[in-house]
Amino acid sequence: MTEHRARLHGVMAEFDTPEQLLSAARKTREAGYKRVDAYTPFPVEGLAEAIGTRRSWVPLITLAGGLGGGLSGFGLQYWVAAITYPVNIGGRSLNSWPAFIPVTFELTVLGASLFAVVGMLALNKLPQPYHPVFNVDRFATAASTDRFFLCIEARDPKFNLAETARFLQGLNAQHVSEVKDEE
Amino acid sequence: MSTAEPPVNTTHVTPSEPLIGPGHTYASVTDKIAAVVLTRPLGIGWLAGFTVTFAFTMLLLVAITWLFTKGVGIWGINIPIGWGFAIVNFVWWIGIGHAGTLISAILFLLNQKWRTSINRFAEAMTLFAVACAGIFPLIHTGRPWMAYYMFPYPSTMGIWPQFRSPLIWDVFAVSTYGTVSLLFWFIGLLPDLATLRDRAKNRIQQIIYGMLSMGWRNSARHWHNYQSAYLLLAGLATPLVLSVHTVVSFDFSIAIVPGWHTTIFPPYFVAGAIYSGFAMVLTLTIPLRKAYGLEDFITMRHLDTMAKVMLATGLIVAYGYFIEFFMAYYSGNKFDVFLAEQRLHGPYRHFYFALILCNILTPQLLWSSKVRRNVPLLFLLSLVINTGMWLERFVIIIISLTRDFVPSAWGRYSATFWDYATLAGTILGLFSMLVFLFVRGLPAIAIAEMRELVHEGHARKEPS
Repeated sequence: MTEHRARLHGVMAEFDTPEQLLSAARKTREAGYKRVDAYTPFPVEGLAEAIGTRRSWVPLITLAGGLGGGLSGFGLQYWVAAITYPVNIGGRSLNSWPAFIPVTFELTVLGASLFAVVGMLALNKLPQPYHPVFNVDRFATAASTDRFFLCIEARDPKFNLAETARFLQGLNAQHVSEVKDEE
Repeated sequence: MSTAEPPVNTTHVTPSEPLIGPGHTYASVTDKIAAVVLTRPLGIGWLAGFTVTFAFTMLLLVAITWLFTKGVGIWGINIPIGWGFAIVNFVWWIGIGHAGTLISAILFLLNQKWRTSINRFAEAMTLFAVACAGIFPLIHTGRPWMAYYMFPYPSTMGIWPQFRSPLIWDVFAVSTYGTVSLLFWFIGLLPDLATLRDRAKNRIQQIIYGMLSMGWRNSARHWHNYQSAYLLLAGLATPLVLSVHTVVSFDFSIAIVPGWHTTIFPPYFVAGAIYSGFAMVLTLTIPLRKAYGLEDFITMRHLDTMAKVMLATGLIVAYGYFIEFFMAYYSGNKFDVFLAEQRLHGPYRHFYFALILCNILTPQLLWSSKVRRNVPLLFLLSLVINTGMWLERFVIIIISLTRDFVPSAWGRYSATFWDYATLAGTILGLFSMLVFLFVRGLPAIAIAEMRELVHEGHARKEPS
C-alpha cells in the first residue's frame, strides 16, 4: 500500500485434483506457512482446516439474529397489544401470548436468515470487486471449472519468492505462477 | 490413491441408478449447464414461448388495471362469498411454492443427493409462485393502496395491526417465506454466478454476472463460511415451510365456518402443498430437460422419485379428505354433517367429484413403475394433480361460504371473465414468463453442486 508499482500478492500453484491440493495444503502448513489460501470449484472437505481456518462465526451470528428477531417480534406484539393500543374484548387478557407465537416464530426465522446471509458475506469480505488472484489468467478462467489452486501469500513471514516457488514445485504442482497486485 | 486423471468418477457405486449420465467430468457439467445461459442462441421455441407468456402477463396487467378502476365488483364475488378466485388462487400458488423449499432445504438436511439437479429450478419456481400468490390477497382487499396498514409502523393515526388475527399472521408468514426463499436461492446461486462471470463471452455478461457474484473467488475460506450459512438456512427454511401453509390453513381453521373449523387443516394443507408443488416441478422439468438436453442431469431416477413423493403426499391428502367426512359425522354437529352432504349433493358437487378424480383416483396409477417411467404420462398426471389441487381450494372456500349456518345466508358463486383472466394471467403469464426468463438468464441447475456430485462419484461408470 505504500509502494506504487505492482506489488506481489503471492505465489500460486495449480493442481489437477482436489486430493492433490489437499495433501499439498497440508504439507504447506507443515512447512510453516501461515498466510495460505486454497481455491476449488466446489467445497472440498477438510481443505479449510488444512489451510488453518478456524471455526466459522456464521452459526453464532445466526443465533444472534434469531434471538434478536424473536425477542423483538414478541416485544413488538406485546407492546402493541398490551401497552400502546390495548383493545378490550370482553375483558380478555391483553397479553394473549399464544396468539403472538406465529409472528414471533416468523420473525425469528427472518432475523436468523438475514443474519446468516449478511454475516456470511461480511465474514468473506464480499462484495469485493477486485482481488489480485484474478490477475492470474489460468485462475480467472479455470478456478471455477475444474482446476484447484493453492496460493501462499507474500505477507507470510516465511515467504521468499524463489524458495516458496520451489517449495510449491516440489508438491507436484502443474503450474506455479506469481500473483501480482496491480493496485 | 489419487490419480492424475481428473474427474470421471468410478468410485463408490450408488444403489439403483446413478444421478448423472455417463462420462461426465467437472468441465462437462459446467460447460453443459453454463452454455444454456451464455452461448446458446435464442431458439424459435423459446421466443414463441416467451411471446405467448408475455402476452398473458399483459392480460394480467389489463385485468388488474380494470380491477383498480372499477373495484372488486368486476369479479364474481358477492355477499356471502367474499373470498372467490382470489383466495383460491392465493392458497394454490403458495402451496405450489412449498415443493421448492422442501427439495432445497428438507432433502438437503436428509442428505438426499438426487435433489441436486432439481433444487435450483425448484427454488426459482418457489419464488415465482410466491410472487403470483402475493398478488392475490393484495388485489383482493379492494383498496390495495391501503395494504401498508397491515404492517406495524408508527402511524400518525396511532393504530396498529391486530396481531391476534390469522390474516396478520399470513402477512408475516408469506413475506418471511418470500424473503428467506430469495436469500436461500441467491446464496445457492453465488458460486454459479462466479462461474458464469469467469466464462462470460462478452463485456455485458461479464459486468452483470460479475456484479451479481460479488467477487466470489472459490476460496476455501469462503466455502467454509458458505457451507455453514447454507446448512443453517436449510435448517431455518424447514420449519418455515411447514409454518407457512399451517398459517395459511389458520385463515380457515381459526374461523367457525362449517368445513373450515377443523384441526386436520394444518397437516393436510402442508401435505397438499407439497403434493401440488411436486406436480408443478414435474410440469416444468419434463419440458425443460427435453428442450435443453439435460436428460443426463435430470434422469429417470429423478422423475421416478418425484412421482413417488407425489404418490405419498397424495395419500396423506386423501386421508385428510376422509377425516373431514369422518369428523363431520363423528362430531354429530349438524352444520358439519350438512356441509359434508353439500359436498356430495350440493350445487358444486361436480367440483368435488372432479377433485376426487384428479387428486385421489388418477394418481393411484403412480403405484406402477411403468407409469412413473412413462414421461408423457407423468407430465399429464402432473397437470391433473395441479388441477385437482386448485379444485380442492375451490371446494373448501366456495362450498363452505355458500352454505353457511342459516338458509337466508346461503348464496351462489360463479366466476367472471376477469376472474379467469387474472388466473390465466398468473399461470400462463407472469409465472411462465419468469420461468422462461430464468432458464436463459441464470443456471437452471446448481453447477457447483453438480461438480461436487461428480467428485463424490455419482456419475455413471463409463461404459468400457
